[in-house]
Amino acid sequence: MSEIFPYILEGLQIVILLFAAPVFAGWVKTLKCWFQGRTTAGVLQPYRDMMKLFHKDIVLAENASWIFRFTPYVVFGSAVLAGGIIPILSVDLPLSATADIIALISLFTIARFFTALAGMDIGTAFGGMGASREKTIASMAEPAMLMAIFTVSLVCKSTSLSQMVQVIAHGPLILRPSLAFALLSFVLIALAETGRIPVDNPATHLELTMIHEGMILEYSGRHLALIEWAGMMKLFLFATLGIAAFFPWGIAAANDSTGLFIAALSLLIKLLIAGTGLVLIETGLAKMRLFRVPEFLGSAFLFATLGMLSYFMLE
Amino acid sequence: MTATPFTLASASLFIIFSALALVPLLFRNQRVLITAVFSLTAISSVLSLIAGIWTVRDGITESYIILIGLPDLPFHMRLDPLSGFFLTVIGALGFIVSIYSIGYVRGFIGQRSVTSLVFFYSLFIAGMFMVVLADDAFFFLISWEVMAASSYFLVMFEDERTENRRAAFLYLVVAHVGAIAILLAFGLMAGFTTGVEGFNGYTFDAMRKMDIPTEWAAVAFFLAFFGFAAKAGVIPLHVWLPEAHPVAPSNVSALMSGVMLKTAIYGIIRVAFDLIRVFPWWWGAVVLVFGLITAIMGILFAILQQDLKRLLAYSSVENIGIILIGTGMAMVFASFNMTALSALALIAALYHTLNHAMFKGLLFMGAGAVLHATHERSMEGMGGLIHRMPWTAALFLIGCISISALPPFNGFVSEWLMLQAFLLSPALPNPLLKLLIPLGAAILALTAALAATCFVKAFGITFLGHWRGNHDTHIHEVDGFMKAGMVLAAAMCLFLGVLPTFVIDWMDILPERLIGGRIAASAGEFGWMWLTPISYTRASYSGPVVLLGITAIVALVYIILHARGTTIHRGPLWDCGFEKITPRMQYTGTAFSMPIRRIFGFLFSIRERIEVDAEHGQKAFPKRIYYSLKIRDRIWNWLYQPVADASFWVARQVGRLQQGRIQMYLIYPFITIIVLLVLLR
Repeated sequence: MSEIFPYILEGLQIVILLFAAPVFAGWVKTLKCWFQGRTTAGVLQPYRDMMKLFHKDIVLAENASWIFRFTPYVVFGSAVLAGGIIPILSVDLPLSATADIIALISLFTIARFFTALAGMDIGTAFGGMGASREKTIASMAEPAMLMAIFTVSLVCKSTSLSQMVQVIAHGPLILRPSLAFALLSFVLIALAETGRIPVDNPATHLELTMIHEGMILEYSGRHLALIEWAGMMKLFLFATLGIAAFFPWGIAAANDSTGLFIAALSLLIKLLIAGTGLVLIETGLAKMRLFRVPEFLGSAFLFATLGMLSYFMLE
Repeated sequence: MTATPFTLASASLFIIFSALALVPLLFRNQRVLITAVFSLTAISSVLSLIAGIWTVRDGITESYIILIGLPDLPFHMRLDPLSGFFLTVIGALGFIVSIYSIGYVRGFIGQRSVTSLVFFYSLFIAGMFMVVLADDAFFFLISWEVMAASSYFLVMFEDERTENRRAAFLYLVVAHVGAIAILLAFGLMAGFTTGVEGFNGYTFDAMRKMDIPTEWAAVAFFLAFFGFAAKAGVIPLHVWLPEAHPVAPSNVSALMSGVMLKTAIYGIIRVAFDLIRVFPWWWGAVVLVFGLITAIMGILFAILQQDLKRLLAYSSVENIGIILIGTGMAMVFASFNMTALSALALIAALYHTLNHAMFKGLLFMGAGAVLHATHERSMEGMGGLIHRMPWTAALFLIGCISISALPPFNGFVSEWLMLQAFLLSPALPNPLLKLLIPLGAAILALTAALAATCFVKAFGITFLGHWRGNHDTHIHEVDGFMKAGMVLAAAMCLFLGVLPTFVIDWMDILPERLIGGRIAASAGEFGWMWLTPISYTRASYSGPVVLLGITAIVALVYIILHARGTTIHRGPLWDCGFEKITPRMQYTGTAFSMPIRRIFGFLFSIRERIEVDAEHGQKAFPKRIYYSLKIRDRIWNWLYQPVADASFWVARQVGRLQQGRIQMYLIYPFITIIVLLVLLR
C-alpha cells in the first residue's frame, strides 16, 4: 500500500490541477465582478466556455504550419507535467525528482517559446507583435523568477521543490530579510508571467494593448480550448508555487494519508486568499504602458537579486 | 604493436594529410574532389572521435616524440583525457560537417573553383587536431598558426567581395595579436623551468614541473588568457568574429564557431589547470567577470542582428562567455580547495563546450542550407520557409530549442549544471566573491532567457509566416548529404540532453585528473535516469522523464481529442476588415527586437532616423517614409578606432621617409652607417 500511495497522490494531484484550475480562474473572475459591481457568470463559467470550444470545429489560417497545430498540445502537456512536480497536497511525489525548480521554470518557458512561434507562424502583424512583446517581458521576468526562487533554495540548501517545502514547513520559523525580498519579487513576476494587470490584461482584445492574446488570436475550437485551459492551469500553478515556496505550512508529509485532508483544506483557504489578493491588485491598478513594464520587471529583478545578496551577505 | 588511442589519432592525421595530397591530383574534376576529400576527412574525424572517446573512458595518457621539425627540436605529442575530450568534440563535429559539406560545397560547382576551399578545410581540421595533441610550445604554436592561417583562407574564399577581404584581414590581425601573447606566455613559463637542458624547457612536461613565482605566473596566465580570448571572441576582443563567421562558407562557419573557438577554451584550461595548477582565487574571478560580460553582451548583440549568420556568430560569443563562466568558477573553487564544486563547474563548462559544438554546428548548417536555397542572408527578406524546406526547418528548430536551454535538449543540461554550481557555492571567504556569485547567477539566468528570445526571432522570422521576397518558387529542400549532417547533429543534441548521466560518467576523469575531485558517483547515485550532482536531496533532473512525460501527455490528449472526428477548415487570416494584407505587413526582425533595443539600447550606439517625404504643407499625408537604423559597437569606437587611427598615423609619419627620390634613399644608408660607426666604433 505504502508503495503505490505516492503514485495515487500524484494522479490525484494532476486531477486536482486539471479540474480545480478552471474553478480558481472562475473564482478570480467572480470576485472581480463583485469588486467592480457587476453581475457574475458564476465560478463554473470557464467550464462552459471550454465545453463550447471543444465542440466547435477548427478554422485554421491558410498559412498555418504544423507548429501552429502542435503548439496547443505542447503548451497543455508542459502545464500538466509542471503540475505533477509542484507539491500541491503532499511532498511525497514520484515525479518531483524529474525536475527541480530550474527545470520547472523551463517547462513554462517551453510553452511560451512555442506560443510565440505559433503567433509568428500565421504571418500577421498581431502575432509577431504579441510574440515580440511576450518574449521581451519573459526575458526579464524569467531570470527574475529564477532569482526569487533561488533565494528560497539557498535558504533550503536545495533546488528540489519537495525538499524546499519540507525545510520551510518543518524548520523553525525565522523571519529572513532575503525571503521577504524574494516574496515581493515573486508576486510582481507572477503577475507578469500569468499575464495579469498591470502587465497584460487577460480580458482585452484591443489590438494595441494585447500581449498574450495577440499570439493566440488565430486559434479556434479545441486548440483554443487547450490553450485557455493551460493558461488557467498556469495561473493555478503559479499560485500553488508561491504557496509551496513561501507558505507551505499544512502540506502533508510523506506517507501521511490523514494529513491530506488538512492539506486540502489549507490549500483551499490559501488559494481563496491568493485569489482575493490578485483581484485586489487587478482592481486597484491600471494597465501599464508597454515601455513601463521593463521598469516594473527591472525592480522585481532588483528585489530578487537583493534578496540573494542579502542571503550571501547577512546569513 | 597493439592499437592504442594514439595510433588511431595518428592514423587520423595520416589520412587527412593524404587527403591534402590528393587535392592537386583531383582538382580537375571538382565533383570527385569534393566527394573524395570530404569522405576522407569524415573518416579521419571518426578515427579521432574514437581515439578521443577511448582516451577519456579509460583515462589513458600517452606521449610520443616525433622526430620531425627543427634540429634539436622534435615535436612532442601527448594524448591525455583533456586532449582526448577536445579531440572527441572536434572529431564529432568534423565528421558531421564533412558529410554536410559533400552536399553543400557542390552548390559552388559552376560558380567558382572549390579547390582552395577543399584544401584549406582539410588543413583546418588537421590543424585543430594537432593543437590539442601538441605537448610542447613550438608544436602547439605551429599547429595554432596552421589552424589560423587555413581558416583565414577559408574566410577569404569568396574574395571578390570587399567585406570578405576586410573581415579576413581583421581576423588575421586579431589572431596574430593573440598568438604573440600566447608565445610570450609560453616563453615566460619556459624561462622558469628547472632541471632541463637546451630547448627542452619548451615542452609542456617541463612546464608542469616549473618553479614559478606567483606574480610571474599571473603575468604568464593573463598573457595566455589574452591570447586565447582573442581566438575565442571574448568581449572586448570579439570584433573579428561577427565579421568573419558570416562571410565564410557555412560549413566552415559551423566548424569555426563549433570547434575552433573551443581550442581556445582548451588552451585556457590547459594552461591554468595543467601547466600552472596553483593559482589564487582572483584569477578565476577575472575569468568569471569576462565570461559574464561576454555572455550578456554577446546575446544582446545577437538579438539586434538582421543577418542570420551574424546573429549566430554573436550567439557564439555568448556561449563562449557561458563556458568561461563555468571555467572561472571552477578556478575560484579550485583555489579554495573545494574540489567537488570545482569539478561540478568544470564539468558544466566542458559539457557546454560539447553541447555548443553540436547545436551551433547544427544551426550554422541550417543557416547554410537556407543560404544555399534562397541566396539570401538577411532575415528580413525571408519567411515561410517551413513550407518549402520542412526538414531544414524542423532540424533548425531543434537547434533553436537546444541553444535556448529548454529541456529535454542538451543546452538545458549544461546551463542547469552551471546554475547548480552557483547555488551550491557556500559562503566563500571573500566579500567580493559573495557579491559576484549572486550577480553571476542573475546574469546567467538573464542570458538564458534572452537567448530564447533571440532564437524565437531567428526561427520565427526565417521559417514562419509568409515569404517576404517577390517569389519563392525557386526555393527547394536541400539534398541528402546536407540533411544527413543536420540529422546527426540534431540527434546528438537530443542524446546529450536526455542521457547526460552517461556522458558525465564518461568525462568525469577530467576533473579528477585536473582538480582531484569528481562528481559522477553522486551524479548517477539515483540511477541513470536522474541527474543528481552532489546529492539527491539537493537537486535532480531527469531528461528521459521530461521527454516521455511531455510526449505521453501530448499523444494522449491528441488521441482523446481526435476520437470524435471534427473537421478542420482552412480560412483566410483575420485582417480586421482591411482585406489588403500583404506579406510585407508582417512583423520584421527589426520590429521584433525593438523592445529589447529600447530597454538595453544604452549599451550600444544606436542611430535611428526617420524621414518623411511629403508634399509641402501636407505632413499628415506622407508619400514615403524612410527609416534607417544603425547599430554600432561602442567597443569598436572606444578601443579599436583609436588603435587603428594611431597605427595609420604612425604609418603616415614613417611614410614621409618615402620621398621617391633616389638621392634621398642613398642618404639613408649613408646616415645609418655613420651613426653605427659613431655608436659602435
